[in-house]
Amino acid sequence: MSVHAKRTWTGAVRDRAVSALPPEKLLADKQPSYVASWIYVFGVLSLSSLAVIILSGSILALKGPGWWHFTGVGHFFNSIHLWSVELFFFFMVIHLWGKYWMAAWRGGRARVWITGAVTFLVAIPCALTGYVSQQNFDSQWISTQAKDAINASGLGAFFNLLNFGQMYSYHVLLLPAAVVALVIAHVLLVRNHGVVPPFRLADKLPAVAEPATVDGGAAGPEASS
Amino acid sequence: MTRRERRRREDESYRTWNGSYRRYDLVKEASIAFGVILALTVVLTILFSSPDEHPSTVQSWSHGDPVDFVTTAATELDGSSTSGSYGPPYNHASGSVQHAWFLHPQRWFGVSHPVNSAQDFVLAPLRAITGQPALQSAVSTYETASANQQAAWTSAYEKGLNKASATSAGSISVPTGNYGPLTTMMPALLTFAQSGGLDGALLTSKQFYQTDYTKPLLFMADGGVLSNRAQAEHLLGSQWGIMNETGSYPGQVWLWLYTFWYQIAPFQGANADILVLLVMGALSLAFMLVPFLPGIRDIPRWIPIYKLIWRVHYRAASARTAAPTSS
Repeated sequence: MSVHAKRTWTGAVRDRAVSALPPEKLLADKQPSYVASWIYVFGVLSLSSLAVIILSGSILALKGPGWWHFTGVGHFFNSIHLWSVELFFFFMVIHLWGKYWMAAWRGGRARVWITGAVTFLVAIPCALTGYVSQQNFDSQWISTQAKDAINASGLGAFFNLLNFGQMYSYHVLLLPAAVVALVIAHVLLVRNHGVVPPFRLADKLPAVAEPATVDGGAAGPEASS
Repeated sequence: MTRRERRRREDESYRTWNGSYRRYDLVKEASIAFGVILALTVVLTILFSSPDEHPSTVQSWSHGDPVDFVTTAATELDGSSTSGSYGPPYNHASGSVQHAWFLHPQRWFGVSHPVNSAQDFVLAPLRAITGQPALQSAVSTYETASANQQAAWTSAYEKGLNKASATSAGSISVPTGNYGPLTTMMPALLTFAQSGGLDGALLTSKQFYQTDYTKPLLFMADGGVLSNRAQAEHLLGSQWGIMNETGSYPGQVWLWLYTFWYQIAPFQGANADILVLLVMGALSLAFMLVPFLPGIRDIPRWIPIYKLIWRVHYRAASARTAAPTSS
């Protein structure tokens, strides 16, 4: 890294980013040997569901909020959107429970847990604004019922569930942007810290440390960091 | 070494993994997962589609249940409806204002979406009807009458509505009484609603484009049109409310804990919403801070589900440990 580059803010940001997440960490092609359980699949399934949500939601947004009510194709993509949301929450809940039972915050990974938990919490109003943006009876009922809780909190002054325009803006831009930003932060933190190692079993294992090999060969990225 | 220091050292030992690694294709796994989820959502879509119950309108409500519509309109006129007596953020009343101990957030932020139920839901729409001088005269009579006189008319009319019935023509038949100008005003409002005019009038604002449905939704929610449909769809609060979806579809099932509190005391009183929000706020904070909460963060050590999760790793490690002694 040149001295000249470090004099700039850009250079400082780049140096810090590359230091925290070198390419071999960001897109690792090897992982710790203990990552061998179906429970690890639910993180990527949550991400995949989110990708389908964004894809189907983008198509619905391109055609406008009324499109799906009067066209078969629109209804098809609305159904894709609905089921991907249901799968997203289903997989995310299993992912969270899995990480809880692994105590995945160990070893300086508290921020990984917190970003995951906040993502779940922000996804809830993101879904709620979707339900009240449907422009059907369901949205009428949910908005008129949920307004009392929002009003009781004082947030009703800024977040009016009965205002379709405001809810639609929250649903297609503000809250999805927050969810995606949180997910990116979460994934980058996972790549930076690595997957939490198993608990040591004092009666079976001498220590966390084992011979550092990949398929009996070279050392992994975390071993070398 | 103190317990805290021992714990800190143990936690620190989990920071990096110095053991073995295996080959892994992140992009391939992500691509396969995306394909599987896309296929799964398409299958679910083909099998189950998605619900789309058409929305209620003031027009359909006034046609389907004209007595309920006029009764609701009468309560809007005297301000006794839920909306008319709500409080912030709609008006300065106090009927639906909640608090918990010293916390009054609903009042703190004031009236941000002004709603005057008499003016917005009844009088202004009636003023928008042209070509009916008798109606406009009746509205003027009502508006210029004293508050006591207005209350006497609306009270008598609401009593009369208890014995009212819908006619085959879609209007209502109310027993004779001293209803003053309401005798002219309320049937005119019903006719206006049945024509669809009131749906438009409730959305009228200072600008051409409109996306704010606060007024028509509040008006309909004050009557029985939404709740009757919701009951049939199992969506009432006593039926676990907004976590349900119309038809037999899964709704916002992730709200189960939120809607659970409404089923038990003390979350069923006048301040139920703010109490539930405070409980859920505290639980959400605890959820985020699990890594720092003694006891909660230790449960995974006490209940060793991790042995099941990492059983392959532990088995391999045991075999490695046992290997030198058996050879």
